[in-house]
Amino acid sequence: MKKLILITTAALFGGTVAMADLVFPSLSYRTGPYAAGGTPFADGYADYFTLINERDGGIGGVEARVIECETSYNTEKGVECYEATKGEGALVYQPLSTGITYQLIPRASADGIPVHSAGYGRTSAVNGQVFEWIFNYPTNYWNGASIAVKHILELNGGDISDKKIALLYHNSAYGKEPIPTLQALSEKHGFELDTIAIDHPGQEQKSQWLQIRREQPDHILFWGWGIMNQVALQEAINIRYPMENFIGIWWSGAEIDVVPAGAGADGYKSLQFHNVGSDFPVFDDIEEYVVKRGKAAGAGDQIGTVLYNRGLYSAMLAVEAARTAQELHGVAEIDASMMRDGMEALMMTAERMASLGLPNFGPTFQVTCENHGGEGLGAVAQWDASAQTWSLITDFIAPDLEVIQPLIEADSMAYAAENNIELRCN
Amino acid sequence: MFYREAGDFKTSYVSDSQTFPIAFDRYCYFVTLFIGVVVLPFVVNDYIVSAILAPFFIYSIAAIGLNILTGYCGQVSLGTGGFMAVGAYSCYKLMTGFPEVSILLHVVMAGAITAIVGAIFGLPSLRIKGFYLAVATLAAQFFLVWLFNKVSWFYNYSASGQISAPERTVLSIPVTGPNVEPWAMYLICFAFAFISAVLARNLTRGSLGRTWMAIRDMDIAAEIIGVNPLRAKLTAFAVSSFFIGVSGALFFAVYLGAAEAGDSFGIQKSFIVLFMIIIGGLGSIFGSFAGAALLVVLPVFLKLLGVDLMGWPTDLVAHIQLVIVGFLIILFLVLEPHGLAQLWRLGKEKLRLWPFPH
Repeated sequence: MKKLILITTAALFGGTVAMADLVFPSLSYRTGPYAAGGTPFADGYADYFTLINERDGGIGGVEARVIECETSYNTEKGVECYEATKGEGALVYQPLSTGITYQLIPRASADGIPVHSAGYGRTSAVNGQVFEWIFNYPTNYWNGASIAVKHILELNGGDISDKKIALLYHNSAYGKEPIPTLQALSEKHGFELDTIAIDHPGQEQKSQWLQIRREQPDHILFWGWGIMNQVALQEAINIRYPMENFIGIWWSGAEIDVVPAGAGADGYKSLQFHNVGSDFPVFDDIEEYVVKRGKAAGAGDQIGTVLYNRGLYSAMLAVEAARTAQELHGVAEIDASMMRDGMEALMMTAERMASLGLPNFGPTFQVTCENHGGEGLGAVAQWDASAQTWSLITDFIAPDLEVIQPLIEADSMAYAAENNIELRCN
Repeated sequence: MFYREAGDFKTSYVSDSQTFPIAFDRYCYFVTLFIGVVVLPFVVNDYIVSAILAPFFIYSIAAIGLNILTGYCGQVSLGTGGFMAVGAYSCYKLMTGFPEVSILLHVVMAGAITAIVGAIFGLPSLRIKGFYLAVATLAAQFFLVWLFNKVSWFYNYSASGQISAPERTVLSIPVTGPNVEPWAMYLICFAFAFISAVLARNLTRGSLGRTWMAIRDMDIAAEIIGVNPLRAKLTAFAVSSFFIGVSGALFFAVYLGAAEAGDSFGIQKSFIVLFMIIIGGLGSIFGSFAGAALLVVLPVFLKLLGVDLMGWPTDLVAHIQLVIVGFLIILFLVLEPHGLAQLWRLGKEKLRLWPFPH
């Protein structure tokens, strides 16, 4: 007991001494049915901060500290993690879960800590007039739905009025997110929309795929995550569904999702909002400063995979926002509200990405007070089972903002009215 | 020495049948209440309330509810998560439908609605028992979660299928929504847990509780001596569901602030509450609290110990926690089927004889 008290006081002391750093909590999940996706992301997220500390001595001379907290993709644990880490001076939360993001939106807004949900979370947080503390650049689910439909349009020569598209989705806030957009798009383009839900965790999908066999959709859009992806791929192969017509969102398109299905998964498509592969200068630095020094996060076997890259990309966006905040305020030790200003002034140009060793890694975008979502570009990637690689088969495509913008307006204004939020940026 | 009945004279039936007949117990109880009401609200912070105290009280209410059904009436239920969802969603519908009515009333109403739903799902218990009833309540669990996912009326047609609690106040102090002070969240959970415990304790000591226990011990014998099984079983389902509904409403409105049926009220919830009453002690109000405390505090404690002090990887600690909870359940089932409550009773027996055991 005495020893425990001693350790506790030592830990408390250590905590107070090490205050002079920039804290980036990582609400990760390395356990449970979503660990397959959560682990590489958390590794990439941690490794990039390690790289920044090892190579550059931190951000603007201040070391970055990543506090990892296990959520198991469970909203309750996510809230506990948020409460446990916010007192440490957390600058930004990237919870990697739409459910947890929904939980954190009101809490973080009240506490004044920014939340960044890159490619997930509440889509209408794009509207910075309503959501002061929430960011979802570079893209979001509604953009994803629109990009996928655009790709299908292209495949069909611009006319899909006689086609049937099925949305196969994780039965949660995450999977339900694209439905309004797809409904609006189905009205616009005349295709028939079919929504088929898969309940968490999705190990059993026989009935859903039976339904797909019966209804014979021309294209399937897939909003799955974790173990659900691998099962869906296998089931699609089992019913001999043409893989090139099966398009996953960016959370359903990693190596780990397609490799178990073997050669049958060849041609499966998924959206991406950043580039894939490890053919970028930054990976040489990671090898030199992180891996060789034995500081790689986790098992260190995920480097260069799609989700590792996404963790890396998210960390890079956080670091660049922190840098922008340091320039804006002229102080190195920024706090959460300065971080927010930095995120709102973030500009990702091609030169900037090249100078970071990530040329052409993601789309260029600019965050403004009104627009917290960037331009929302995304690309389509395809899996090559023989080469075991994902590769982008299109450029970064712009979503159909004509359809999405009114939906965002409506949803964010409803939120503002519900919560008596005054519009900003006037 | 100080823990004994001797010298504490009871001069009326009321004082003779009080919950804490031993003076020392009574003082401890009042001291605990005093600390709970007067001291803790001033010292708690955000983290303690939202990581430990609020979930502890809310799970305690759910455990009391399940304990009434399973521990006192002997009807095994795996539908707790589903009934908590009923509480949460009816609280949400009431909160958004009647914003001018007090949230306290909404929580109680949510409990009442859950009681009705619970009684309906309790009907099969008149014909089946044991494993078969467990399966029937399991069906209730899946059906209810499916229902709340499928019918968008329940979540007011929101695009994400999430329900989120708007800000509501008690005496113009916010108790739901993002601006809740930790002491307000603590006090509202404490108040509901306290009232639930007193209610449950007195219900189980009264004639209703005795009919439940008679049914639990041997239903045929109970029927022969004049206990109406229909009435006993359905009241057990209704009362139990009432508490579970209240806890579901608090869980959603006060603690989480936003919820979705599949994630927050899945089968996982049913099992964790069942574990709480098994570890805590079947057929004991104290056991409900003890089990909830153990299963709420243990993960937090292990995390503090493993991640913050020892610096172990987070996934390792998460796995160790699963192992320890599983091990504890087996240990209790083998060594002490009556749970922590029985250990507590044994401890008190020992204390009575101390320091002169025979």
